[in-house]
Amino acid sequence: MGGMVTFYGKEFSSRLLIGSALYPSPAIMQQAIRAAGAQIVTVSLRRETAGGKVGSNFWSLIRELDVSVLPNTAGCRSVREAVTTAQLARELFGTNWIKLEVIGDDETLQPDVVGLVEAAITLIKDGFEVYPYCTEDLTVALRLRDAGCRVIMPWAAPIGSARGLINRDALKLLRTRLPDVTLVVDAGLGAPSHAADALELGYDAVLLNTAVAKAGDPVAMATAFRLAVEAGRTAYEAGLMGPRDFASPSTPVVGTPFWHAVS
Amino acid sequence: MHVVVNGRRTKTAAADLPALLRELEYEGEHMAIAVNSRVVPRARWGETALSAGDEIEVLTPRQGG
Repeated sequence: MGGMVTFYGKEFSSRLLIGSALYPSPAIMQQAIRAAGAQIVTVSLRRETAGGKVGSNFWSLIRELDVSVLPNTAGCRSVREAVTTAQLARELFGTNWIKLEVIGDDETLQPDVVGLVEAAITLIKDGFEVYPYCTEDLTVALRLRDAGCRVIMPWAAPIGSARGLINRDALKLLRTRLPDVTLVVDAGLGAPSHAADALELGYDAVLLNTAVAKAGDPVAMATAFRLAVEAGRTAYEAGLMGPRDFASPSTPVVGTPFWHAVS
Repeated sequence: MHVVVNGRRTKTAAADLPALLRELEYEGEHMAIAVNSRVVPRARWGETALSAGDEIEVLTPRQGG
């Protein structure tokens, strides 16, 4: 199963954070989140039309799940937008947690890491507990840590691309250099094996949405990701053997029949 | 006067935020509001007077990744 994971002083048994978007129906969203065993669910905030109840209906579904919510600043393209959206999220959801996204490129949805660090500094001074969505760049991660981020969330690949850990060595380096930061692979995972890969590297958790929501059977896929995360973490804690350049027999050589029988 | 609510030019007689929300039939507890890009905490809605041209964002929870 793996031990507990800590997010800003709070302990959780689940290492799978999940998004609430893109599901075929609200009922399937609830079932998938439950099947994932997720204890932290990402949400957003959007404009409500006059007389509309879209937001309150959605919020009722989330509250039924009894999970911690992690609001995001998805869609923000400047520091000012991200900071204001975070402040609105705190007002709306009553939490200091914010998944900080400052998008720098519309084609790849790559984070604007310069703006991200600036926004993180501003928000931490304002009392927020920031979950920055960043690239796998070591220097950026170090700046975020120095700014006070105790959770850092590098992408595996662009959001919704389902490509898995395309720069595994850089992600491994982040784990090595930031041993005391809760590291979460966020975005780009497509298969449960990708999630297991991240956990086997020593990442504390993964955050995903599209891979489950857009699966043929989102509830079954949520289960598959839950099992993969548990397998990956258990393997990491068990201690994986290192790769070798040459073969090494697993069956004992001593006592092999006919060994040296011909002289 | 006219204000802008969620990007839409809107005619209103409301003097403050609670009056505007009533006029536009916004309901429910879970809303966050910004006026001219500044967050207005719920406790200050009643004391937030509106002026012509104000840009008001009324936001509620939504799905997110």
